[in-house]
Amino acid sequence: MTMSTPFLENYDDFASGLPGSDVTWLEKLRRDGNATYRSLGLPGPRVEAWKYTNLTRMGRTKFVPALNIEKSSLDDVPNGALDIDAPKLVLVNGLLRPDLSDLSELPNGICVESLASIMASDPARLKGIMGQIDAGHPMPMLALNTAYLSDGVMIDIAAGVDADIPIHIVSVGTASDVPIVFHPRNLVYAGANSRSTIYESHVGLGTAYLNNVATEVCISEGGLLRHRKLQNETEDSYHIAATAVSLDVRAQYENYTLNVGGRLARNEIHVAFTGREADCKLYGAYIGQGSQHIDTTTFVDHAVSGCTSREVYKGALDDNARGVFQGKILVRKDAQKTDGHQLNKVLLLSEGSEIDAKPELEIYADDVKCSHGATAGELDEEQLFYLRARGLKEAEARDLLVAAFLEDSLEVIDDEAPRDAFRNVISNWLVMRRRQGEG
Amino acid sequence: MSLLEIKDLRAEVDGKEILKGINLELEAGQVHAIMGPNGSGKSTLSYVLSGRDGYNVTSGNILLDGKNLLEMEPNERACEGVFLGFQYPVEIPGVPGTTFLKTAVNAVRRYRGESEFDAMQFIKFVRAKAKEFNVSDEMLKRSVNSGFSGGEKKRNEILQMAVLEPRLAILDETDSGLDIDALKLVAEGVNAMRSPDRAMLMITHYQRLLDYVVPDVVHVLVKGEIVKSGPKELALELEKEGYNRFFEAAA
Repeated sequence: MTMSTPFLENYDDFASGLPGSDVTWLEKLRRDGNATYRSLGLPGPRVEAWKYTNLTRMGRTKFVPALNIEKSSLDDVPNGALDIDAPKLVLVNGLLRPDLSDLSELPNGICVESLASIMASDPARLKGIMGQIDAGHPMPMLALNTAYLSDGVMIDIAAGVDADIPIHIVSVGTASDVPIVFHPRNLVYAGANSRSTIYESHVGLGTAYLNNVATEVCISEGGLLRHRKLQNETEDSYHIAATAVSLDVRAQYENYTLNVGGRLARNEIHVAFTGREADCKLYGAYIGQGSQHIDTTTFVDHAVSGCTSREVYKGALDDNARGVFQGKILVRKDAQKTDGHQLNKVLLLSEGSEIDAKPELEIYADDVKCSHGATAGELDEEQLFYLRARGLKEAEARDLLVAAFLEDSLEVIDDEAPRDAFRNVISNWLVMRRRQGEG
Repeated sequence: MSLLEIKDLRAEVDGKEILKGINLELEAGQVHAIMGPNGSGKSTLSYVLSGRDGYNVTSGNILLDGKNLLEMEPNERACEGVFLGFQYPVEIPGVPGTTFLKTAVNAVRRYRGESEFDAMQFIKFVRAKAKEFNVSDEMLKRSVNSGFSGGEKKRNEILQMAVLEPRLAILDETDSGLDIDALKLVAEGVNAMRSPDRAMLMITHYQRLLDYVVPDVVHVLVKGEIVKSGPKELALELEKEGYNRFFEAAA
């Protein structure tokens, strides 16, 4: 079988036009990304980490790099983003659009810049910082993102900042005539003892696109970052996201990811504990219908002692939707007093829906508390009858129970307003699905 | 016309006949008790009336105000005014009590062609009812029945009955699992719901509950048949003599 390496057509011409292409280390970073991707190829079922998520169909689609087509004339952000009151950074097809962004209320001590402009004007600032993700296993799509490094946002949170205003990154994909691909890279540096919140919404318009996004998060000693994301891409589109997080001493990271959109989505999150007594919470929910494919892959690397990690993912799958959950907790030899727990629970709402769950604990230390759990089930008949006996139509009762099932995942969000924003996305999805069913 | 009319009702579960020709009529304003030993078909009758899946009616009729209940889904029956108070109220984690009650009340109001309550109207309405039926604000906020004691669950059932204002209330073993204080509280709630426009069917194994909610008629259900009907004193007789004589009669 020959290895498939789509997306590299005319790469050299393309790369020479990217910002900072004359900077040796940056040019090398991209070239290495290209070489890694070339050697790994588009991941197929033979690659363990991609066993359940098949990119063959995506690889056959002729995606054109977004930079090669005329810039989108989009003059407003389409519907579907989180309803959050926050300064907004808008990326259209992977490029920052200052005209659509609004940073007037940006909290003091938080600096936001376009990655393209830093790469063009002051790339030295990024050297040795950007591109340090080491997943411990090959990540071909991340390598492809690196090969095409073009734009994204860099968010720098100064030490000690306690930001009561969040920041909202809105990524819009918009393809008109041909399928397009873009590879945004976002960098978040949270300073020592800072506290901040970042939202991401991924929405789109038009025909198919591939959003191959990578995010690097680095939290210094005692810092806290809440990172909440909505993936609501168009129904023909692909969303492949890699997020790498490194946590210094007593740093805290909270991730909440809600997946509702896209034809195929993969959210891969890597957390590396580099300092002791740090804490991470990875929570999320995924809901799928039609033939949607939604993959959540997490890797929590307990490399040092005294760190805690919690994972709670809840899914609801209808029609022929397929979910994948791969969660690995690695506890290295020196990581004593590790406390790591992981849970994935799925509701299968139809005969045709499917979940492939692969929880993994790999433990080399002897004084640790670790657990994992994965369940798949159907709606409870007793609960359904109870609700129907109180006057609710069957569809209404089912929706109420699905929403209730997903509710646990939201407990990591401690403010009512954002929790409602995510809740509304779920309830709108349920209403839409019910209308389709009735129509 | 009777409020509820059950004619020659036969029903089976998993192919086994449980109800073997029930005939029963309830007038508006009446409270009837159905007593019987375990396995006599008491709970089956309550599920057949409320339309639970898996309870197969093989012959007979059930008319509520002259309408054929057997042609209706459980929610339609509820909207027409059938209320089943569950022996074991179901816990529904993740659904706050108020959300549940509001959804139910508005579903029924919509069906009846009445305007739906908005959030403010509903809170006002439900708070007044909750106070009347000894349900605390804290209980309302919690997930439906989640972690409730036996008494709290039953009080919650009565509250649901009070907000849904049914024509026919079927109370299945409302006394089970309650101590005497909880029982009195629940019985008070049931009595408060007695009304000339409403009929109640109390399903119970023991006579105890009927000391507090005094029925107009008592029926004895044995092996899927009503073997005797009589005034409230019949319950006392049963308490003294047990159900055995009916088994002998039925055998």
